[in-house]
Amino acid sequence: MSQARTQSPPPASAARVDAIAAIMRFSTLGALIALIIFNVFFTNHFLAMQTLDVNLTQVATIVIVGVGMTLVIATGGIDLSVGSLMAISGAIAPIIFLNKVFNIGEVHVAVAVAMIVAVLLAGAFGWFNGWLITRFRIQPIIGTLVLFIAGRGIAQVMTNGNLQPFKLDAFQWIGLGRLFAIQDVYRGLPIQVAIMIVLVIAAAWVLKRSLFGRQILAIGGNERAARLSGVPVAQVKRWVYCISGLCAGLAGLVVIAINSSSDANQVGLGMELDAIAAVAVGGTLLSGGRATITGTLIGALIIQLVRYTMLANGVPDDVAKLAKAGLIVAAVWLQGQGRA
Amino acid sequence: MTSATSPSVSPLLSMRSISKAFGGIPALAAASLEVAPGEVHALIGQNGAGKSTMIKILTGYVGRDEGEISFDGAAFDARSPQDAQHKGISTIYQEINLVPFRSVTENICLGRESRRFGLLDWKAMHEQARTLLSRFKIDLDVRKPLLRFNTATQQMVAIARAIGFKAKLVIMDEPTSSLDEREVAVLFDVIRQLKSEGVSVVFVSHKLDELYEVCDRVTIMRDGRTVRTADMAAIGKLELVASMLGRDIAQVAKSATAFGDRHGRIGDVVLTADHLSAGHKVHDVSFSVKRGEIAGFAGLLGAGRTETARMVFGADPLRSGSLSLDGQPLVPREPIDSIRRGIGFSSEDRKLEGIVPEMSVSENLTLALMPQLTRAGIVDEAKQQAIVEKFIQRLGVKCSGPGQKIRELSGGNQQKVLLARWLAMNPKLLILDEPTRGIDVGAKAEIQSLIKELADQGLAVLMISSELEEVLEGSDRVFVLREGRSVAEFPHAEASESAVMTAMAHGDSDLVAERSAS
Repeated sequence: MSQARTQSPPPASAARVDAIAAIMRFSTLGALIALIIFNVFFTNHFLAMQTLDVNLTQVATIVIVGVGMTLVIATGGIDLSVGSLMAISGAIAPIIFLNKVFNIGEVHVAVAVAMIVAVLLAGAFGWFNGWLITRFRIQPIIGTLVLFIAGRGIAQVMTNGNLQPFKLDAFQWIGLGRLFAIQDVYRGLPIQVAIMIVLVIAAAWVLKRSLFGRQILAIGGNERAARLSGVPVAQVKRWVYCISGLCAGLAGLVVIAINSSSDANQVGLGMELDAIAAVAVGGTLLSGGRATITGTLIGALIIQLVRYTMLANGVPDDVAKLAKAGLIVAAVWLQGQGRA
Repeated sequence: MTSATSPSVSPLLSMRSISKAFGGIPALAAASLEVAPGEVHALIGQNGAGKSTMIKILTGYVGRDEGEISFDGAAFDARSPQDAQHKGISTIYQEINLVPFRSVTENICLGRESRRFGLLDWKAMHEQARTLLSRFKIDLDVRKPLLRFNTATQQMVAIARAIGFKAKLVIMDEPTSSLDEREVAVLFDVIRQLKSEGVSVVFVSHKLDELYEVCDRVTIMRDGRTVRTADMAAIGKLELVASMLGRDIAQVAKSATAFGDRHGRIGDVVLTADHLSAGHKVHDVSFSVKRGEIAGFAGLLGAGRTETARMVFGADPLRSGSLSLDGQPLVPREPIDSIRRGIGFSSEDRKLEGIVPEMSVSENLTLALMPQLTRAGIVDEAKQQAIVEKFIQRLGVKCSGPGQKIRELSGGNQQKVLLARWLAMNPKLLILDEPTRGIDVGAKAEIQSLIKELADQGLAVLMISSELEEVLEGSDRVFVLREGRSVAEFPHAEASESAVMTAMAHGDSDLVAERSAS
């Protein structure tokens, strides 16, 4: 009824919003650079290949999950089930490649089948999330809470709650293998870091250049307008949650490969929060409609580097967690300013 | 401004010279409202007339910029709706604001529980609820959860809760919109009961018949001002509508417009709608639109115009009736179905359902066209840019470039981008709901002439506008809707203000009666 509602915001406030958006875009990258400079001066042996290696390896799974999470959040949703889906993927893969159910003679075939089945299963559960949310119009936070709780239970039932240890180079290549190694000079790029880079580039490109990316951002920006313009809202959302599931499945494989064992209780524990934190710090709008994949990468790196900096300078891990919480609060506060 | 017979006793409520602006845009300009004790007072006006703002100021929901309010013999200033209720003014909204899973007692006593030794005194509370309901001659098991009862009973409980024991003035904002006839009758009994106890009621409704049935006096608002207060018995329906729309009934005459030669260009029927019904607001609507024709929907607020348009587009489900496009049945389940058949729809609420604020002019303009601009899932940027530049130029959209965010544009320019969103699709039928609402005069004229130009080129247009003038001057045919039914159809030449307003106010049956009476 009030006429004010239909008016566009006055240009002054729009300009202010954009200024803040620009500051945010700059500030995430700026914060990363500041952290690196700080470390160069104050942390011993920071400028070593080893440091880069450790940090990238640790951040890779968060970014892999964060890519899917960014797409979900871009539609205005959220996916709490990613950690549990990692556990499911991590539970099913060893069952297959250890030949527990049926015998696949050739080890490479077994590993390939295990990986494909594990990732697709996680993707199918992701699709289920999307189906719940669109079919019954459940809020995403509740819809994905279902598998957040049940998913880990499913993983435990699959493994009877047992730890599954293994030592199988053909599989662990995904967590321990390296590319482009140079004898005596460079140990090589960790495979999971390579996967991370490929995923980040692919997702950033999809978000910017494809119909699917445009539809995701339209839904997050104004779902009703998107529907009235013929965007297949339910279908796009299902795909987005499916992709988030696929990413989680892949991350689950990386984690168990690094650990040489699969523990349904531990794989991906707390990952949903790490991924959401990376997305938030990276500058993606948590209410949807504006998303940046490279931002998520930078966000994850900042969180990782803050923790590394503190640990390397003798600050206890508990305090480091406080710093992480502070970062998230700061990022969300900045977003609130941007929307005011 | 005609002064009505003022009540002999001093008024219970008096709001004088109330002004209020939102972000520089005036919503109220020296509006006033006076309600006598024990009176049922109707408050009516078109969308944006200022009724809601008036009520929000009275109940402390928003502050006022200027003006005075006195209530029950003293200056009145509510800080919040709760405060207003505490001081004797209760409000009942369209939507029932209760907790369905809790008992009737809990709902009635929520926020004013009786306590005994720090515990809830259930016995006293049940008794309190029962007494309150008996006042409205309602007898039910107050221990049962609210959702066990039908809508009318729930509404009664809501009213009982709102009124409590000490309300002197009750505001009802479209209380009947979700009730059926029998339930409305029960509600009116309650209103009469309140009146007999000396409680005053302010009644907001768009259903004119209801006003005549239950109200004593009426205050009509338009463009943030109070244009008239009158005894219900002293004002005819047609006069009421004329005041709401700002037309002087005595001088209403068909003005000649340069519209005459358009009829030659009108072609075959594009869309036929037969006996559509849906939800609470559309009961029986039929109309058709031809190639090259602008068909206009006229009607009061709540007549079902927007709801009908949304149904045709597949935005809301159709309950019964049939649609056909170019002679083929049209069964739209989702907007995408209609879009594929060549229908475009521009919503009345640009911000809520039109623009995607975070996206650029370019992305907003091509949102509906996007699937046709992609090859193997990838957007053809060159093709997109060519189309966007063509339409920016053709419609004269003022922006710094295709990459500018749409939220930074003025309302008129946003509307042009949204029109272009559909024109880029080259549609057969374009449905425009309030195409010129909330935009400046210059842009308005531009958009109106653009619509005519498009029709000249063969587009079928269905246009809805609350501004009668816009419908009458801009349409080849006018369909009048009243309370969810199509009641009249006029070709452009016969669509005089008086004829259309008469149909808006009465419908055919009443019309005959009034003519024979006069």
